[in-house]
Formats: sequence, C-alpha cells, structure tokens
Amino acid sequence: MMAAPLLSIDKLHVQFRTYAGVVHAVNGMSFDVRKGEIFGLVGESGCGKSVTGLAILRMVPHPGQISAGSILFHGEDLLLKSKSEMQAIRGGRIAMIFQDPSASLNPVFTIGNQITRVIRQHLPVSRDEAKERALSMFAAVGLPDPENIFHTYPHELSGGLQQRAMIALALSTGAELLVADEPTTALDVTIQAQILVLLAELRDKQGVSILLITHNLGVVAETCDRVGVAYAGSIVEMGDTEDVLYHMKHPYTHGLLAALPHPSRRGQLLQAIEGNVPNGLALPSGCPFHPRCEHVMDVCREKKPELVCLGAEHLVACHLYDEQRS
Amino acid sequence: MYRLEYIIRRLIMAIAVLISVSIVTFFIARVVPSDPAAAWVGSHPTEEQVAQARETLGLDRPLYEQYFRYMQGVLHGDLGKSVKTHQPISTDLKTFFPATLELVLVSMLIAIVFGIPLGVFSGAGKGSLLDHTTRLLAIAGVSIPTFWLGLILQLIFFGRLGFLPLNGRISTEIALYDPISQMTGFYLIDSAITGNWVAFKDALLHIILPAFTLATYPLGLTIRMTRSTMIEVLNEKYILAARVAGISERAILFILALKNAIIPTITVLGLSFVYSLTGAILVEVVFSWPGLGTYVTNAVLSIDFPVIVSVTLLVTVFYVFINLFLDLAQAMIDPRVTL
Repeated sequence: MMAAPLLSIDKLHVQFRTYAGVVHAVNGMSFDVRKGEIFGLVGESGCGKSVTGLAILRMVPHPGQISAGSILFHGEDLLLKSKSEMQAIRGGRIAMIFQDPSASLNPVFTIGNQITRVIRQHLPVSRDEAKERALSMFAAVGLPDPENIFHTYPHELSGGLQQRAMIALALSTGAELLVADEPTTALDVTIQAQILVLLAELRDKQGVSILLITHNLGVVAETCDRVGVAYAGSIVEMGDTEDVLYHMKHPYTHGLLAALPHPSRRGQLLQAIEGNVPNGLALPSGCPFHPRCEHVMDVCREKKPELVCLGAEHLVACHLYDEQRS
Repeated sequence: MYRLEYIIRRLIMAIAVLISVSIVTFFIARVVPSDPAAAWVGSHPTEEQVAQARETLGLDRPLYEQYFRYMQGVLHGDLGKSVKTHQPISTDLKTFFPATLELVLVSMLIAIVFGIPLGVFSGAGKGSLLDHTTRLLAIAGVSIPTFWLGLILQLIFFGRLGFLPLNGRISTEIALYDPISQMTGFYLIDSAITGNWVAFKDALLHIILPAFTLATYPLGLTIRMTRSTMIEVLNEKYILAARVAGISERAILFILALKNAIIPTITVLGLSFVYSLTGAILVEVVFSWPGLGTYVTNAVLSIDFPVIVSVTLLVTVFYVFINLFLDLAQAMIDPRVTL
C-alpha cells in the first residue's frame, strides 16, 4: 500500500567550497516524502538537515553547491529544471518556512501586502481575488480577524500568529509540499503545540505533504507519520515514527533517545553520546558514526553502510544488520 | 492623529530653534569688529555721513532693541537692506535662492536616479565587476574636488566638444529674444509653464554641467550608503523567505529589500541637500551661477551682517523642515519607528 512518493531525494550531496577546504554538508542523503504525509527529518545541528531543505528548492547558500544526486518531485528531477521553471516551483508548488517567523516576514510591508505579492507572483489573479484568497487562507490557519490581520505589520503580531501568517503565506498558492525548517523552535511550548496541530490539520484538510525538519524528537513523536534520522549528512535510520522511536535499531538513534530526560531516570545524569559531531571538512572513513559508536567493528572503519530494509518500512544504515538484509 | 500632534510639537520646537539661531547669528555678526554704518556710506566716508547712517540704520540704539526691530521686520517679510549694495535682501534672495535651489534639486535628482540603482546593483552583486567599478566611481565622487571637476567638464564639453554652454543660467540671446517670465524663479519650471521651449532647452543645457558637478558628492554618498545597507538587508531571513517563495529578483531588490535599505540613504541625501544650499559656492563660482553660495560668501567677506543673518535664517528654516521631513519619511517607511 505504498503511495507514490511526491518527493524523492536520492544520494544527494552538497558541498561548500571554503578557504579551509571542501565541507561535505550533505553526503548521500536519501529519503522520500509521500503524498499527504508528514515526514520528519531529525538530527543534531550540523547534520545537514537544513541544507537539504534548501537544496530541494535549489537555494543552497553561497558557496555551497549540489554536487551529486537527484531530487525528484512528481518524478521530475528538480536539479535539471531551468532557472525560470525553478522560480515557478518555489512558492508555487513547494513552499518553505523557517525557524524564526519574525525574521522571515518583511518588517516594512503589511502581512496582506506580502501574501498578495506571493499569490500574484504565481497565480493569474486580480488584486481583489488575491486578497480574497489571502483572507480565506488566514482563516484556514486559524488567524483571528483575517481582515484586520491583512492590514497589520509583522511586528504587531505575536510569534505564534506570525508563524501562522507565515504558513498561510507559504500555502496561499496551493503548494503541494511544505518544507518546514524548525517551524516551532523559536516559539513557546504551548504555541509550539498549536502550530504542530495546525500542520497536521493542513495535511488532513488541504492534503499538503510536509517535510518537517527538526532536532526535537518530541515534535517528531507528536506530528510525524514517518521519520528519517540524519547524521553527518546522510540518513542512518528511517521508518514509521513508532518503529524508529520505540524499536530503534541504529546505535545513533539509541543514543539520541537515551539522551532525553525521562521520569524513570530521575536523579541520574543524562546520557550523552561520547565525542562530537564530525566536522564536514574531514569526515571519518567508513561509517561516519564509527568513532562514537559502542558497537564499532572493523568493517565500520572501512565501508560506509547502505540503508537496508529491516521490516516493511524500517530502514537502517548500520553494519550490525548486514546479515539481516532482506 | 498622533502624527499630527507630533508635527505640531516639532513645529513649535522649530520656532524655538529659529529664534535661538537668529539671536546667535545676529549678536555674533554685531560683535565682529566692523562698522556697518561705515560700510553703508561707502568708501571715504566723512564723520558726519557715518553718524547719519548710524542713525538711519538704528545702530545707535541698544543691541537688544536693534534685534527686536530687526525681527519685527523679518516677521513682516522685510529682511532689511544689504549695507553694501543698499538692495532689499528679500529682492536679492528672490533671484539668488531659486537659482541655487534649482541647481541643487537637479543635482539631487541626478544623485537619486543614478545613485540608488547603482547602489542596489552594486550591493546585490557584491564583488562583481559592476560592484568594483561602481565603488571606484563612488569613491571618486566623494573625493574629487568639485571646482576641479567643474573645470575639467567645461574643458571637455564646452572647450573640446562644444556640446554644452560654458557657464551662466541662460544664453544672452535667449534672455534678450525669448526671455523667461519670472514666476517661481526656477528657469526650467517657468519656461515649461509658459511653453517657452526654446528657453527651456537652453536652461536645461546650462544646468547639466553644474548640476552634474554638484551631484558627484551626494551621488558617491548615495551609492556607498545604498550599497552597504543593501548588503546587510539582502542577508536577512525575510529576503531568503521571499526568494524561497519564488518572488522575482527585481521585486526582491527594488521593492522588498530597497524599502528596508533606503532610510539611511534618504537621511544622507536630505542633509547633503541642505548643505548644498550654501555649500555649492565652488560650483557656483566655476559656472558663474548666480546663487546663494556666492551671495552669502560675498556678504561674509564684507561683513554685510543683515545678509548673513537673513541667509542663515533661511537655511535654518530649510534645515529644520528637512529634518522634520526625514523623521516623518522614516516613520512612513518603517512602521516600527514611533515618532
């Protein structure tokens, strides 16, 4: 019952050429986002998850560049699209929102001005029709008093309302995929929950698929249908949220979950994963996690493990499961 | 409503500023060792003539009384007479001030029309060939001495190429056969209103070189200021958000980014405008432009104190209003600014 993937990223590599050398930010990242699902891409800072998000829209900041791989959207490779085709896709079919909504909204234009600009960039509608569309979008994301919101400036709204406005703006053109890069990180916990509920609602009602990029496992557990755990620029474990979070296979996923505070471990020190996230300038040989892994074997130092299927939907990239390939 | 209140408050403050400026300039002009009465009479004055002049000019009265009499006149539009030429100062200003204002406005227009787009492109393409060229231009603009540039431009465009007139506001033939009827004192406007296109073209040709010369400094400033704020603004998250939303690059640069980047540029242009009102003297001298700079410089050299005080007041009025305008413009552009 596998639905055809809306977005399929395959062995994506992104490099940044700096004076210090070539930084490998994304190293063979592969995952799918299916129609109508929320896919969580989770990982520590520096694991390449945000760069992957930007790479989907071909917006990797200078001096980064996509050096290999493919990004299929509806089966068409976005890396082969022309500049103008890409501009139509950005905001038109794939939208993106960021961590800090107050920084993502232009401070000197009203919310209404910004949303109608996006709508009219992508859709052949009049000013009034665009406003109509904006107002209904405001209502859909639960903004109170849409007419009033339309005329306010970003700084007059709270963080939660700003993020709602940002989501409305992103989805106002009927985009099918929303790339949400840490959409709740800058918000209060109660507001976080509201925004996550809203994202789930939008998936259910508008059928929008969401790639949720986050470092927060709690957010993943609450919201995501499937999840991919990224480490040093590639996926180490991927599957249904329940499988990954409760039946995790990869030692890194283990470590991540063990590092979370838990009522049953009251009074004990939090467990940290020994060592540091590898530097993108000089990645370890073989499995990038091997210097920090408790179960390290000789093969780990030599060969980078491929993602192998452990259950119907559960994939893991670890030599521990080499024999279990199915 | 709040804005109106603010404007009224600022206008009251402006009156206070004007009064203080008038007091300071009036008294400083009078403590300078010079005898206005002797100046009024002319060369080789007799004791008697000087004494009489002192009485006519009211110089025998106490200083504070002189000040009040002077200010009374100012409030009725009488700025007094030049002690050198015996001309009513208000009449002088009617010729000299529009000449300078026209020159300065045209040069500001040049600075805005060329400076802002160049600054935007330069900032957007930081490190590109265009950026390097523009920056060189901007540095040259702020550092080349205007009188020298004026002379070189005359040499090229009048001397070698013969495209443009040497100096003055209008050709003698035009002044004789197609005279411009004086309404605003702006030749370009007056000739356009009356449909005197021969004179319009002539006045336009005359203003090109001095306006361009005068524009180099604000042009350089505008480019540099716009460039540096654009670089800053283009790094903002909301610009990335706009790009990600597929907004066209032109709209991003000239609408979304520029509106955030424009305020410092407007401030610089406003201050540069007021400065040019009296600071344009070097350009006025090179191009024989009958303007305020030349007028007030002559007055200073001959200690013609009524002229000095009048021009100072006039420029102060402009200064105060430009500043008020800048503050209002800032509040209009950026809704986060409270007045």
